[in-house]
Amino acid sequence: MTNLSRDGIAWRIARDLHEGNYVNLGVGIPVLVSNYLDPDQEIFLHSENGILGVGPKPEKDQLDLDLISAGKGFCTLALGASLFDQQISFTMMRGGHLTHAILGALEVAENGDFANWKVPGEAVPGVGGAMDLAIGSPNIYVAMTHVSNKGKPKIVHRCSAPLTARSCVKRIYSDIAVMDLTPQGLILKEYMPGFDPIKVQSMTEVKLLVSEHCHEMLVPPIASNGVKLYQS
Amino acid sequence: MIDKEVDSCDRAVEGVFEGASIMLGGFGNAGMPGQLIDALRRKGVKNLTIISNGAGTGPFALGALFAEGLASKLIASYPAPTAVGFRDRYLKGEVELELVPQGSLVERIRCGGNGLGGFYTPTGAGTELAHGKETRSMNGREYVLELALRADFVFLKAHLGDRFGNLSYRGTMRNFNMVMASAGDVVIAEVDQLVPAGGIKPDDVHTPGIFVDQVIEIARLPKLLELPKEGS
Repeated sequence: MTNLSRDGIAWRIARDLHEGNYVNLGVGIPVLVSNYLDPDQEIFLHSENGILGVGPKPEKDQLDLDLISAGKGFCTLALGASLFDQQISFTMMRGGHLTHAILGALEVAENGDFANWKVPGEAVPGVGGAMDLAIGSPNIYVAMTHVSNKGKPKIVHRCSAPLTARSCVKRIYSDIAVMDLTPQGLILKEYMPGFDPIKVQSMTEVKLLVSEHCHEMLVPPIASNGVKLYQS
Repeated sequence: MIDKEVDSCDRAVEGVFEGASIMLGGFGNAGMPGQLIDALRRKGVKNLTIISNGAGTGPFALGALFAEGLASKLIASYPAPTAVGFRDRYLKGEVELELVPQGSLVERIRCGGNGLGGFYTPTGAGTELAHGKETRSMNGREYVLELALRADFVFLKAHLGDRFGNLSYRGTMRNFNMVMASAGDVVIAEVDQLVPAGGIKPDDVHTPGIFVDQVIEIARLPKLLELPKEGS
């Protein structure tokens, strides 16, 4: 059995983003997606502190103190980028103007509820823009490991962690599968080599429906940047 | 002749009184009025309510207002795990935290500056951040009532300023500064450079001088800067 690494999940998500998409990448696995986007496609990355068109990391001698992304790291601007304040930024987020938001999660429920903002054991709670993204974007994609460190399923009937938003997740990319959340239920679309729908079901609390087009995931073991896409 | 220039940060914050509410612009270092915050620390008035996206990093600048026991309440969206100045006081129960989703924080401030009482948002509906708040169903969706937010003082950071109080930003400095400019009784801007009247082209004025009461030209203090991570 082969599980995807964090970069592997990001690589797989990047394959589903295309020219003309406007995308917000959350912290954790989602922000890695930017490393695997097709450079020949014009995809705009949004940073909630006020950038549409986040570019690659700057060289060390080209740092601009006034140019940071939502993760507070230095960034550059891509061709066609724009800069704006918080009002415009959250108009893009809440108003449904971004085509996709990719977010990490602690749990996703069968009705599309998800929890990602209040980490158990974290002394001070902080929510940032997660709730605004979740209610606004038409395509909320979640990136996460399929089960917790303790082997507990993270796709559940009902979230036990504090909710970020209700009924909004459309797709889940885990280290073993790609699934869509639909009005009909949770549909398995892809699984990693060595797994099968029965094995994925055994790691999922929610009943899986298997798509008639369900197939093995096609992810190479190593990305073109040399990063391992499979867990070792 | 209108002249809003003030010659020092200490003089600018002279009017701040015990128990005052203070909005601070900035997201990370970008657009953070570090020198005004440090002058407030030197002044030493207590029982302040701070309204800001975060709580700084470390025990300096914004963090020092908490570390030195000057602030008793924080209204914010994301006090980061690295905000140790805030965290230590919060865990001892010496500082109250009102956690607000980032977009709702922006909009509450916008309402405060626009003479509006509040607004209904789907952000936070069904989550613990909506507890105790009025909700209303419109077109089949649940909305949460969020109330306007104003402050006794607003501290801003811009790149350029002039004697009229016109401000111009660069990079990601705009963030909360533009919306906060309208929402305070006394609005004080710290700028990298004060230019002669007409030195900012009308097209490049991001915050019109009508909103700003005082402008101080002062170099940034490197020791007050959060250290941005390299890359996002």
